[in-house]
Parts: sequence; structure tokens; C-alpha cells
Amino acid sequence: MSIKGRDIITIDSLSKADIEQVLSNSAKMQSLLEKGKCDLLKGKVLATLFFEPSTRTRLSFESAMHRLGGSVIGFSEASNTSVKKGETLADTIRTVDQYCDVIAMRHPVEGSAQLAADFSEAPIINGGDGAHTHPTQTLLDLYTIQKEKGKIEGLKIALTGDLKYSRTAHSLSYALSMFGADLVFTTPEELKMGKDFTSALKRDFGVNIEEKTKLEDVVSDVDVMYVTRIQRERFPAPEEYEKVKGVFKVDLELLKNAKKDLKIMHPLPRVDEIAPEVDATEHAIYFQQTYNGIPTRMALIAGVLGVEP
Amino acid sequence: MSSEKELKIDKIKSGTVIDHLPAGSGPTVLRILGIDSKWGTSVSVAMNVSSKSGKKDIVKVEDRILQKEETDKLGLIANNATINIVENYNVKEKHHVSPSEEMIGVLECKNPKCVTNQGEPVVTNFKVESANPLTLRCKYCERIMEKELLEEQL
Repeated sequence: MSIKGRDIITIDSLSKADIEQVLSNSAKMQSLLEKGKCDLLKGKVLATLFFEPSTRTRLSFESAMHRLGGSVIGFSEASNTSVKKGETLADTIRTVDQYCDVIAMRHPVEGSAQLAADFSEAPIINGGDGAHTHPTQTLLDLYTIQKEKGKIEGLKIALTGDLKYSRTAHSLSYALSMFGADLVFTTPEELKMGKDFTSALKRDFGVNIEEKTKLEDVVSDVDVMYVTRIQRERFPAPEEYEKVKGVFKVDLELLKNAKKDLKIMHPLPRVDEIAPEVDATEHAIYFQQTYNGIPTRMALIAGVLGVEP
Repeated sequence: MSSEKELKIDKIKSGTVIDHLPAGSGPTVLRILGIDSKWGTSVSVAMNVSSKSGKKDIVKVEDRILQKEETDKLGLIANNATINIVENYNVKEKHHVSPSEEMIGVLECKNPKCVTNQGEPVVTNFKVESANPLTLRCKYCERIMEKELLEEQL
């Protein structure tokens, strides 16, 4: 089943075959991108509706559409729009729907992407709806892993940081389980992945999941380490945060014991969970990961519009 | 001569008999049906009645046919109950209550950050993922409705 005409709201609304198609098309898009000009979506218009701040997601959607030869309209904050006058999201979407062929949206309210999809004829691509989901991040993460490692199945992948609350960690764990990776959740007790979620992954995909509390215990054993931010506000006391922050820092000292081909990923922005000294190592691929947002989003935009590379 | 059962609950001439309700659920069923102290017609509730499959509750309401929203809500708490529509002391129709696959416009999502609680022109929609244990997921924010929050709405 193709993604033509479909909304991309959550990662679990996509089948494994859908995702494989997106990953394959992302690779083709990357070739086109590196060859130069491409007119696959000439005459098509993408609306980027960003109701809250974003650097990477919005700019990479816009860059992706420009690279495909299409045009972009939209806004990067709601304050200059009719939303400020009290317009509902439903009405904003019905209006913008008249002006474009596809909509990429970020909104702070959970479920807003599904609501937009209910009111829009044009396909909606969710660029993050509050604490709910951010499926394009997961797709670009999968593309990055596959590109760097040549496969996903059988890899041992550690996810670290705020696993309890991170939408990125949940969606990625789901997708990696679907693709047969082994997971190592490495996080302080306070930020552990919910038991129900972990059990559901084991039940639905038969995935191997280990749970650890120290990076030192996993660094020598994994192929990919996916780092997310630990947020201060999740901790009841500041000293608890400081304690954990120190332990969950990826630096050269930690990486002494890493596999030579360990790859470190991060959805960015980072604060201090990866020391800048790591950037220059062969392990760091988080900026390539950011770049991969372009071909992945090119594949998604073209895919929902029914255009194959 | 009347049987013991008939002494406990009179037959109704016309209306609805909800049988095989889980023991103890009678008061919740009355709440779902909006039956309170001001209700005008005859209502009988039997609780913890012995039956072949253990204890059960029965609710009989005179001159009352259930609405779809009410049977949807009943399906959440009384899987396998039966609804008997009675006319002239005879059962005219009988069907089993089963949870709907979707609950549309019946329940509120209790996640304050859900788009259904933001003044948008949208009807709530919950997917019933499992009847036992009862698991309802909001179509929009995808949060699972906690059991206590669900019971508040019945």
C-alpha cells in the first residue's frame, strides 16, 4: 500500500512495508538531491503551519519542498495569523487547505494533527503535536541507521535520556522493534520507559529489551547509541538532576570502551548530554542525521502526493 | 401461585429489562439511564441475584426504550448483558450488549491537553481496544482513558 493521499500522523499508522518504501525513496531522493536540481513537484505548494518554534523540522520541510522544485507558503509562529483573533484550528486548516497541495504542521496541542487531517483534503504531515508524536523524526532516524549500518534488523541499539516522557524515544522504540532491532533502554530509574509500553513492544514484536541504568554498562556492547535530552523539570529536586546529568553524559572518556563502529545519534537540540569533543569523532552522526531529514521529508512529501522519485 | 423470582421483581407490561448485568452494577446502570429519585415510571433493580453463572443484577424500567448512547455506555460495563424489549408482558426483542468498536461523542477525553478539550468543533472518538480489561484510546491524543476517569462519566 502506498502512502499516496494519506496523512502521516503517527508512526504506528504506517505498516512496515510503508516505512520500507519511505526509506527506499529517501535514498533515491538523496541521490537526486546530490545531483542537483529536481522538478518532481514543480507547480505544487506545501504549506508549513508551525504554531510553535522549530528550527530543524520546519526548515527541513521547506528545504525539502524547494529541492523538489515546489513552492512553500506558511508561518513559523501563530501570532501573525487569525489564530490570534480566536480562529479555531479547524477553520485555519479549512482555509489553508484551499491554498496548497500538502500541509506540514507543528502544533502544541496533543491530537491536533489528527484534527487537521479530519478537516483537510490535502494530506497532513505531522511535524509534532505537543507531547504526542513526531513521526517524521522517527523516519529520518530509521533512514540514518539504515544508511550508516546497512540494516536495522539485528542491531543492538541503546536509547538513553528521558525515556519516560520523550515522544521521540517512544516512536523510535516502536519502529525499531518492528524492524527487529534489539533494544537497551539506559536511563535513571526516574525516567524509565513505562512498563505497559515495554510489555506491548515485547508482545507485539517479540523484541529483546534490556534495561540498564548506566551508560558504562552498555557502551561496549551496542551498535548505535541514541541520546535524548534529560530535562531538569522532570526531577523533584535540583540535586537529583545534577547527579543524573553527570552520569548520563557521553564524552571521550566513556567512548574509550565503545565499539569502533558505534554510532551516536541525537534528535537535537542537545544541551550538555553529548560533550562537544565527541563531535569530531567517527562515532558522531547527529549532524548527518539532521541532513537526512531533507531526503526523508522529500520522500514523504512526494509520497503523499503520489510522486515517486 | 407466584414463583420466588416473581415476588422479587414484578413483570413489566412494556419497557426494557436489562438482565445478566455484572453483580453490583445496577446503580451505575441507573445512572447511565438517567434514572434518579424524580423518575416517574416503575423501575425495579435486583442486585446480587443468583444465576447459573454466578451472581448478577437485573434492571427493569417501565415505558422506556434505550438510546444508542445508553447501550454504548452499557457495553463498557456490562459485556454480555441482555436487553429485552417488552411489549404486553412479552419479550418482543432480545439482544446482547457488546462493546462498540468506537465510542463516538459519548465520553470526554480527560487529557486537558487533548485537542478535543480546546474549543475545536470536534466530536470525541474512542477506540475500544479491549473489553477485558476495558481499554479505551482517544483517537486524537491517543491517551488511554483511566478506569476511574471512565467510571466518573457513566
